[in-house]
Amino acid sequence: MRRWLIASTLMLLAWALPAIAHKPSDSYITLNVDGDTVAGQWDIALRDLDFALGLDANQDGDITWGEVKAKQADIDAYALSRLRLGPAGAPCPASATGHLIDNHSDGAYAVIRFSATCAAAPKSLAVGYRLFFDIDPQHRGLLRLEYQGDTRAGIFSADTPDQSFTLGALSKWQQFLDYGNEGIWHIWTGFDHILFLLSLLLPAVLVRSTIPGQRWEPAASFADTFWDVVKVVTAFTLAHSITLSLAALGVVTLPSRLVESAIALSVVLAALNNLWPVVYRKRWLIAFCFGLIHGFGFASVLADLGLPQESLLIALVAFNLGVEVGQLAIVGVFLPVAYALRGSAFYQRGVFLLGSAAIALVAVVWLVQRAFNLKIIGG
Amino acid sequence: MQGHRTPLKLRLASATALACAHLAWCVNAAPFIPSDDAQVLERLPSRSVAEFRDLKALQAAAAKAPAELAPALALASAYVRASRVEGDPRFLGYAQAALARWWKDPQAPTPVLVLRATILQSSHEFDPAVVDLDTVLQREPGNAQALLTRATVLTVQGKFAPARADCTRLANVAPSIYAVICTAAIDAMTGNASAAQASVQTALQSMSRVDAAARNWGETLLGEIAHRGGDAAAEAHFTAALAADDTDLYAMAAYADWLLDQGRPAEVAALLKDRARVDILLLRLALAQQALKVPEATNSIQTLRARFDASHARGDTVHLRENARFELSLNGDARSALRYAVDNQKVQREAADLRVLAESAAATNDAAALDMVRRWLDDTRIEYPAVAAIARSARLPTEGAALPAPPAPGATPTKPATPGVKPGVKPAVKP
Repeated sequence: MRRWLIASTLMLLAWALPAIAHKPSDSYITLNVDGDTVAGQWDIALRDLDFALGLDANQDGDITWGEVKAKQADIDAYALSRLRLGPAGAPCPASATGHLIDNHSDGAYAVIRFSATCAAAPKSLAVGYRLFFDIDPQHRGLLRLEYQGDTRAGIFSADTPDQSFTLGALSKWQQFLDYGNEGIWHIWTGFDHILFLLSLLLPAVLVRSTIPGQRWEPAASFADTFWDVVKVVTAFTLAHSITLSLAALGVVTLPSRLVESAIALSVVLAALNNLWPVVYRKRWLIAFCFGLIHGFGFASVLADLGLPQESLLIALVAFNLGVEVGQLAIVGVFLPVAYALRGSAFYQRGVFLLGSAAIALVAVVWLVQRAFNLKIIGG
Repeated sequence: MQGHRTPLKLRLASATALACAHLAWCVNAAPFIPSDDAQVLERLPSRSVAEFRDLKALQAAAAKAPAELAPALALASAYVRASRVEGDPRFLGYAQAALARWWKDPQAPTPVLVLRATILQSSHEFDPAVVDLDTVLQREPGNAQALLTRATVLTVQGKFAPARADCTRLANVAPSIYAVICTAAIDAMTGNASAAQASVQTALQSMSRVDAAARNWGETLLGEIAHRGGDAAAEAHFTAALAADDTDLYAMAAYADWLLDQGRPAEVAALLKDRARVDILLLRLALAQQALKVPEATNSIQTLRARFDASHARGDTVHLRENARFELSLNGDARSALRYAVDNQKVQREAADLRVLAESAAATNDAAALDMVRRWLDDTRIEYPAVAAIARSARLPTEGAALPAPPAPGATPTKPATPGVKPGVKPAVKP
């Protein structure tokens, strides 16, 4: 203990300074699934194998091909016992079929080719990866899974050693569902989008009154209301689809603080427009113009999720459709209720006027906190 | 907008990594069977270095008594030292494994917390590192290592006020030279470069207890200040720093940067020719080779690209600063450079981070980023004429252009939700 304390004083400085790293430990594993057979190639750094198994037999600091060959059986046993293909109950046993060497950017790797046979052709492939995590918890296993021309990737870490990969057509469908789901949730949990849309929809069940002193009266026909809603929603959808696509494809990028602030501003203006109407018949125009800005907001969420390059279009379309579905659900709930209540003072004063005022207030707070980067309330 | 959920991100991230992973694979598409048993495939780090000599004994001691703290600490410390000498993060993973029994315990014994903080900050996980050091300093307000480590981490993060407080407290518990350099490192970042220079210079000359590590640190700092100030004395300082510790990779990189700016790439190539394993030094080597127009440049650039691809594939974002510099100066992709530089300054706020941000912003003429640079200069008052010149000469930002603000000194950095700094959710970036 005493010795450690002395050592630590000597290291005082060196430890405190920022580290200068080079490439950490990774292995690269490719699996090709064909029916009940999995063909694999696994590239493992010789440095890592040396640390685990001691490849450098003569301790001269050089690892030769002869030294690797001498340990080949140990390497196979060590590595393959730490890789489980198939479910825990019925694993697909793997055996080595070939041994090569490859040079990666950070040194030489042992290449193990192997083959595994499953009891039946798997619909989804469970992979359990445990290589080196006990001796180097920062090690990662980078997987590439190929199935019928479809390629997927996975990263194994000490915290995520078990992963399952759905094979084939279903995976694209699953990806589609994932992104669509994400789109729905984004509009449902993105209160700024909802409030913007609501601000524009609240007046749809009302018409401007012709009686002096009274500003609004209930809309006479459901058809008029319905078409008004359709115009607003379509314009909003069209606009944000355009900018979402442009931003997601990298054609246009805007600073996120500008976008977020402009979104807040759009909510403020849309709500204020209900209290002091400037635009009425052409609210679809507001929906379109500001919808362009909201699209950039959606795009930043999509960027956060990560866009798979090989199925960019699927992700984009699915996310966009998800947003639309979420939006239609909101409209579907709002429209009948608002239409039924449109004649009441509760709706005209409580929901419409007070609601718009409340929306404007919340949005002003968002605007301030986004524009000046303050934390006031969650938005 | 902040309301979106996160769990799916990870699932989707694996798909995202694909594009990058492809590149990592593509670079080395030809496995082979060596023809000769004597063919050397890999050279391991030299076993003669002091750091490695004791490793075997320490490993054996720790294996014999796996539940005991002392041998585990001794082994983990040795690994951390080895990681410094070799610049190889693998040793940090080994150190983590040596401490596995205590690794996830927020109330682990104090020496474990200090080591864990060291390992975490080495992987640029600054906030968790500070949490551990806070715990240590609550228990032992006079823990010198914890004070110094926290001071340097906070300085790197640009949180100068609390960093300065730690440096001040350090004066009571460590040789005064540490406190002097610790404070000077902050002064140098906050508009008091000449005061910093004077105090370190005086301290190095007059103080009796200056060990090699302190001399190395002090001279490196002096060299960097002189470099930014355009003072040719930088060379003598960097040389002195390397004379005090010729294994210090940081000082080597700083010296190389100075030489590159002086138009002396040949010396950089000579200094770093055997250091290609270490990414940040390979970057400087490649810059030198490119300036010299030698054919080796192509290979170095390809290797760097492959390493950055591999690091993206594993979801790492440790090298954002170097990645930005690579994109800007070696790969000719200023847009990517700017993206990395902007992400990077959310995590690290050292002078080099400012410079790469300014250069990328100027290269892309990005008004928002240039404004970020100006604000940085204004807020910290850092003396960096080269960067100030970039900020002045670039066109003024358009009226009312809003942009993501850099965290004010002392503010909590906005780490999550930015794809660029979150492991595992990095969007695919084409090199």
